[in-house]
Amino acid sequence: MRGIGKSFPGVRALSDVTLTLHSGEVLALVGENGAGKSTLMKILAGAQRADTGTIAIDGKVVDIATPHDAEALGVGMIYQEFNIVPQLTAMQNINLGNEPTRGVLLDEKAARERARKVVEDLGMDLPLDTPASQLSVGALQLIEIAKALSRHARIIVMDEPTAALTEREIDALFAIIARLKAAGAGIIYISHRMEELPRIADRVTVLRDGSVIETRAQTEFPQNEIIRAMVGRPLDAHFPDLPPVAEQAAVVLDVTHFMRDPGVRDVSFSVRAGEIVGLAGLVGAGRTEIVRCIAGADVPDAGILKVDGSVVRVKNPRDSIKAGIAFITEDRKRQGLVLGMSVRENITLAHLAQFVKRDGLIDEKRERAAAIKMSDELRVRTPSPEQLVRNLSGGNQQKVVLAKWLLGQARVFLFDEPTRGIDVGAKAEIYALMLELIKNGAAIVMVSSELPEVLGMSHRILVIRGGKIVQELDRAVATPDKVIAAATGAAA
Amino acid sequence: MTAVLKNPWIRTTSLVVFALILIIIVNSMAHGRFLSASNLIQVLQQITYSCILAVGQTFVIITAGIDLSIGSLVAVTGVVMARVANALPFGGPLLVIVTLLAGMIVGAIAGWVNAIPVVKLNLPPFITTFAMLEIAFGLAYIISGGSPIPLQSSAFNGVGTGMIFGKIPTPILWMVVVVAIATVVLMRTRFGRYVFALGGNEEAARLAGVNVARVKTAVYVISGVCAAIVGFLYMARFSSGSPDTGTHDELLEAIAAVVVGGTSLMGGQGSIYGTFFGALLIGLLYNAMNLIHVDSYLQRVVLGVVILLAVVLDELRKRYLAQA
Repeated sequence: MRGIGKSFPGVRALSDVTLTLHSGEVLALVGENGAGKSTLMKILAGAQRADTGTIAIDGKVVDIATPHDAEALGVGMIYQEFNIVPQLTAMQNINLGNEPTRGVLLDEKAARERARKVVEDLGMDLPLDTPASQLSVGALQLIEIAKALSRHARIIVMDEPTAALTEREIDALFAIIARLKAAGAGIIYISHRMEELPRIADRVTVLRDGSVIETRAQTEFPQNEIIRAMVGRPLDAHFPDLPPVAEQAAVVLDVTHFMRDPGVRDVSFSVRAGEIVGLAGLVGAGRTEIVRCIAGADVPDAGILKVDGSVVRVKNPRDSIKAGIAFITEDRKRQGLVLGMSVRENITLAHLAQFVKRDGLIDEKRERAAAIKMSDELRVRTPSPEQLVRNLSGGNQQKVVLAKWLLGQARVFLFDEPTRGIDVGAKAEIYALMLELIKNGAAIVMVSSELPEVLGMSHRILVIRGGKIVQELDRAVATPDKVIAAATGAAA
Repeated sequence: MTAVLKNPWIRTTSLVVFALILIIIVNSMAHGRFLSASNLIQVLQQITYSCILAVGQTFVIITAGIDLSIGSLVAVTGVVMARVANALPFGGPLLVIVTLLAGMIVGAIAGWVNAIPVVKLNLPPFITTFAMLEIAFGLAYIISGGSPIPLQSSAFNGVGTGMIFGKIPTPILWMVVVVAIATVVLMRTRFGRYVFALGGNEEAARLAGVNVARVKTAVYVISGVCAAIVGFLYMARFSSGSPDTGTHDELLEAIAAVVVGGTSLMGGQGSIYGTFFGALLIGLLYNAMNLIHVDSYLQRVVLGVVILLAVVLDELRKRYLAQA
């Protein structure tokens, strides 16, 4: 891959990326969340098209426009979310979309033969006739690999293959990767787990902000240097100054021994008035799960939640809202907004009771006035409060979500990825708003995958790994290296 | 074309324009009989029953649900009300009111039963209300013993066949009242807003603190109560409760009215006035075709084409909106 560039509206995802992969090697691709790893691999697999650059396989420039093209060229992609039909057996899944036939009928024998051969060649321990729904995650991973190989893949991309595997399954996977290597396949291995690299990688390429930072042989690339290359840049200057938390500030949010299988394991922390606590960690570490439990979006299995010192029993989102907890969700389109409703209707949705007159009808005049006031305060750029939120930009949609929660007198604000996918200007406005909230004595918990954001906007940082708080870092001592090291489980 | 399709009013207005053109053509073909007051009143009376059912169905469909049981609920509430009316010792307006309330309670309970598996187990309403269709159908025959139950009191005559101002049949007034109340509830109350929010994005509504289970239950209860009102009107009109009323084309006509009126089966959008116009358009269409002696089988073909046109137009409009 040479000179690959890709832009999305408002974001430059990749610029001038060049990557080489030899046969019989494992190339580890590492980088922070959002560094561009997934986009790069999607381009290779034909799921997205590059704006610039070329791809050559065996020295020949190729055009990969569709996933089908990629498959024909021997590129096999194993996504983190498997493409497996749970009702079908392992054998049927391996042959899915590529079934051998005799006339119009399926050729069961050839299908079984093909699946058996791939599985045996690699010494996989995979029962072919068991429905996928009854197999472990490790076995599903093997199905995906077998599926790629049965289509003669020679370039195999694995996106965080070990994320959900047990130790033993990981050993089995690595043994198979070794055999693939020996057979001459090239493997691109995406991982967040630093400790795996010495076991599996021949070379390591670090991607940051859509560019290749460095590629070195694994043996010449120590862990701390990899981390430094991943984090690299100095903190962005556009974060406002956080006022210190007052000495005598009372605890507003108190979480003790929160448990919810499987994402949250005995989490305890508290947030004081005027304080922002950042939850850092890798995708899937359990950060979102923790805030969802506080918000009542999920019900915790165990644990005690207190707001302003009184215990809140949370069974559903209504209980949390009543206790003064506002949850600004990560996925605004799926969880935060009703896209087919107007700006006004979205802003008032969580606090509609405020606008009901004595006769039971909604006072639309007052509702409209409140919506206009909120959207003016947050500078939501919309032609009118009657505009459907579907037609707003990402940043303005996010402001509508915020407006919805600011309408109530919440004490605790849970921000999950508050600035994902929005432009720099809107980001600054959202940071300013968070400051406004803590000045008024609110407590904020912020989940963010953007390291600079966590470091720049938190008084304290809790690093989450495997559903647990693995480290607490004060703002004064937190550095990108320390956070990454704790999040990836590397020895700092 | 694009600009026209972007207009949010296009659905209802285009249908009205379509209907108007049709009216003028048919009126000239039918030598002026079509537009006569008596003919229009007749159309309104004919659509009353499917329109009231469609109003209840509109609530359900806006939440992205469906209620297939309404036809059978008309039958079962009708025979229950006839039994209740015949059993009560008093007469006059009190009898009428108590009978209606009894029917509404039965309809509400049926709607509540429809909603339980939908709310508790997240089962598709298509299945639960389909089961209720069968249950209520059978119960109507069991309760009535298989034949119509004649009303012993004459107190219901005014409701069923009476006239207001000497020329407007009473059932039309019932339809107007139901449409008016439903419009206010859907457009002006918190509950109505939640119905739209739920249909538009259930998870967002839940996280905003909407009591999703309660709102969902309520829409099926409303639909059941609307069915009971229709059962009541039929019973009063025929002076008997019959187990086969409501079980013919009523369900499909009600759904057709909702869909033609611009309510999305995917949930999140719709209106009561749209449903009313949808029912009116279908009624006018049938009436016009009768007046110019269109073959009754061809009438069904035309109705099918109109439904298809309505949803295709709606989908095209949405695609243009999505591109914009």
